[in-house]
Amino acid sequence: MSTIAVHGGVRNAVSDSMTMIGRSIRLSRRNAETLVMSIVLPLLMMSLFVYVFGGAIDTGTRYINYVVPGTLLLCVGYGAASTAMSVADDMTSGMIDRLRSLPIRSSAVLTGHVVASVVRNLLSTTVVIGAAVAMGFRPDATVTDWAMAAGLLLLYVLALSWLAAGLGVIAKSVESASTLSFLMLFLPYLSSAFVPTDTMPSFLRAVSENQPITPVIETVRGLLTGTPIGDTGWIALAWCVGLLAGSFIFAAWLFRRRTHG
Amino acid sequence: MIVEATGLHKAFGSTKVLDGVDLHVAEGTVFALLGPNGAGKTTTVRILTTLSRPDRGSVRVAGYDVVREATKVRGVISLTGQSVALDDQQTGRENLVMIGRLMHLGRPAAGRRATDLLERFDLVDAMERRVKTYSGGMRRRLDLAMSLVSQPKVIFLDEPTTGLDPSSRTTMWDAIKELVSSGTTIVLTTQYLEEADRLADRIVLINGGRVAASGTADALKSQVGGERLDLRFAVEADLVRAAALFGVPPGTDPLVLGVPSDGSAEHLHRVLDELRIAGVPVARVSSHRPTLDDVFLSLTTTGRTPVQV
Repeated sequence: MSTIAVHGGVRNAVSDSMTMIGRSIRLSRRNAETLVMSIVLPLLMMSLFVYVFGGAIDTGTRYINYVVPGTLLLCVGYGAASTAMSVADDMTSGMIDRLRSLPIRSSAVLTGHVVASVVRNLLSTTVVIGAAVAMGFRPDATVTDWAMAAGLLLLYVLALSWLAAGLGVIAKSVESASTLSFLMLFLPYLSSAFVPTDTMPSFLRAVSENQPITPVIETVRGLLTGTPIGDTGWIALAWCVGLLAGSFIFAAWLFRRRTHG
Repeated sequence: MIVEATGLHKAFGSTKVLDGVDLHVAEGTVFALLGPNGAGKTTTVRILTTLSRPDRGSVRVAGYDVVREATKVRGVISLTGQSVALDDQQTGRENLVMIGRLMHLGRPAAGRRATDLLERFDLVDAMERRVKTYSGGMRRRLDLAMSLVSQPKVIFLDEPTTGLDPSSRTTMWDAIKELVSSGTTIVLTTQYLEEADRLADRIVLINGGRVAASGTADALKSQVGGERLDLRFAVEADLVRAAALFGVPPGTDPLVLGVPSDGSAEHLHRVLDELRIAGVPVARVSSHRPTLDDVFLSLTTTGRTPVQV
């Protein structure tokens, strides 16, 4: 055996993941431009909708209260796009070969990016909620409501982060990773994020009501502002858990395929 | 033999990249895999370092099979790939500590190891700066340092000096020589003959996925013949007379005649005297020692059968 204790055991796997998480968080922090843009853009969208379009949109409630959950999900999309790009960067540079030639589980690199993505989302969500409160957002949620909303969002963030990691693995370049993540950025616009779906043409309405983002938004909105949730909560939970499982398997499978030459 | 590869075959789709490559690397030596672009050098290194699986053939590194015991192989090797594998947004020190942590060195030990390597590669002044500010030579040095964190038995270097300026290249060569002197085995690929000549104990020349020749640099050179004097004449008629005088056939250049030589001043005198006595004016004389270039050209341009020297 080599002079260094390597491989095997849960402890080593955890330690490798911790090292890679630390790395990804450090890289995110130093890539401030991307981080700031992934918060500023959704904030701009929120301001645009609140101050420009919002007055003309009838949501049956104060518009700022309506738009916050959608803005949060928009943020998650932006965050996921940058996760996909970071993963693609590692996969297409020499970094992945360096990690693979070490006696470690090289998939720790994906874990690192996903956890860093969750941390970035925690930050962006806090900033968006803070800004929304400053703009007049008045949630009437109990601590339990907040916790449930946070839990659902966390599941959604994890699902999208793993999906982004998978996209980063298949992308042939950082640019194509950014293109592939376009869908994640676009889906919130085809949902009840900014406008109620009942004014959409029937085809679009069918799409927007049956895509995962709408139930998640409706549930978070219900929890924070007291709009009726009904069974959308369960639908949202099912979507998130399903997406998370699917994305995780997708990313892990692609990573294995890509790294077993 | 610390690295033993036999009958390596690898194809990507319908493109045959390796077509039966055998390699034997003795412990503590520098082994160079020399060949033009597309010869299969990188593919070979990827197989030897567990990153890619051979379609056929087997490889043992330090006694471990690269396919079945990949993790054990990874524990004793390191790879410095063609593209520098560093995090631009981390400092040089952070990059090294990260690898140390991945090798489960523990925080203090990883820090000490990073410091040692930074000193050894003359990067102490730059260690707290982000790698994106480093010059090409500094990046290569740090990249090599990264692969030494684990104190590997065999170091694989894929084109370690491609794209470096001459002075950075010399620094890199010195670093490699120092590694060998500490007993590490080095397998490097290069398309620079000079590099293989300077560093390698043994060279394998590969071309089109096959071993074209192997041996020491000197043995390979002697294969393309010994030294010669190149005599340049002003007119072709003079060359014809000189050719008759020395009994050597004219070459491809109508004005240059190659005369076999032992490289001594004595022989040069004799040649010039004979020319003067015969009244054949010679314009220029140069002596030519065969280089690996000659070997390279003679073996990579024609489809010769492999030669074992």
